[in-house]
Amino acid sequence: MTETKTLTFAFMDPPFESERTVTFFRLLDATLDKGANVRVFAYEGAVALAFALQQTHGNSVHGRNDEEEAHPLTREWIAALQQKAADKNLRFEWINCGLCVDERGVNEVIDGCGRGGPPDLWRFASDAFNTLTIGTR
Amino acid sequence: MKVLQVIDQAFRTTTEEQDDTILWLTQSMRGAGGDLMVLLSGHGVHYAVLNERQPALGLGAWQQQQPSEIPRDISNLVNSGVPVFVVRDDLEERGLARLPLREKVEPVSRDSLPDLYEQADQIWHW
Repeated sequence: MTETKTLTFAFMDPPFESERTVTFFRLLDATLDKGANVRVFAYEGAVALAFALQQTHGNSVHGRNDEEEAHPLTREWIAALQQKAADKNLRFEWINCGLCVDERGVNEVIDGCGRGGPPDLWRFASDAFNTLTIGTR
Repeated sequence: MKVLQVIDQAFRTTTEEQDDTILWLTQSMRGAGGDLMVLLSGHGVHYAVLNERQPALGLGAWQQQQPSEIPRDISNLVNSGVPVFVVRDDLEERGLARLPLREKVEPVSRDSLPDLYEQADQIWHW
C-alpha cells in the first residue's frame, strides 16, 4: 500500500477579491481528488475565508432573491472540502494566523478551522511532501 | 528541512502591518527552530538597500506610532542566522546597484540562482 501524501498550502488572499482565491480552492479540491491530505495555513486576508458570519444575499441586478442567487461563500467551500476529505478518509486541516484574525475581527470561524501561528506553518511544512505558497499581489 | 523564502514584492502592507509580512513570518518561524534563507528579488531588492525607517502615516488626527523598520528587520534576520541574498541583476535594473547593501546581505547573480535553489529543500515564492 502506498503512503498517503500530505500537501501544505499557505495562502494570503481574502475572499471575493481575486481569482487566486478560486484557483487556490480548486487546487485543494484537486489535491483531495488525488488522494492526498491537505493542510492549510491561512495568512493575512485569507483568515476571512473561514469566517462563520459570511452571509448570502440577493442580487437585484441579476433579478434574483437570496435563495435564487445562492451566492458562493468561502466558508461553505471549506466545509464542502472538509466533508469531501472525510468521505475519502483523508485529513483536511486548516489553521488561521491568530494575529491576522484579531486584526480583522474575524474570530468566529466554522468548525474544523483552528487558530495558530507561524510555528504551525513550519510544522505543517516539515511534515508535508511539499508546500505551495500563494502570496497576495 | 531548509526553506528558501523568495520575496519579490516590496512594501506590501508595510504601512498597515508595520513590517513586511514575509520577513515577519520568517523571523517568527526562525524563532520556532526553522532553518530558512531569504532571497530578495524583483521589487523586493529595495529592502537590501534601505537605510531608513518608513515615514509614519498621518490621517486627520490619527498619527502612526510605529512605522515599519525594514532595515532593522533585515539585520535581525541575518543576526539570527538566516542568510539573506539579493539578486544583483534586479538591483541593476532598478538603478540601485551602486547603493550600499545592508550589512551581511549577499548579492547573487540571476545565473547563480539554480545553485541557491539547490541548497533548499523547499522554495516558497511569495
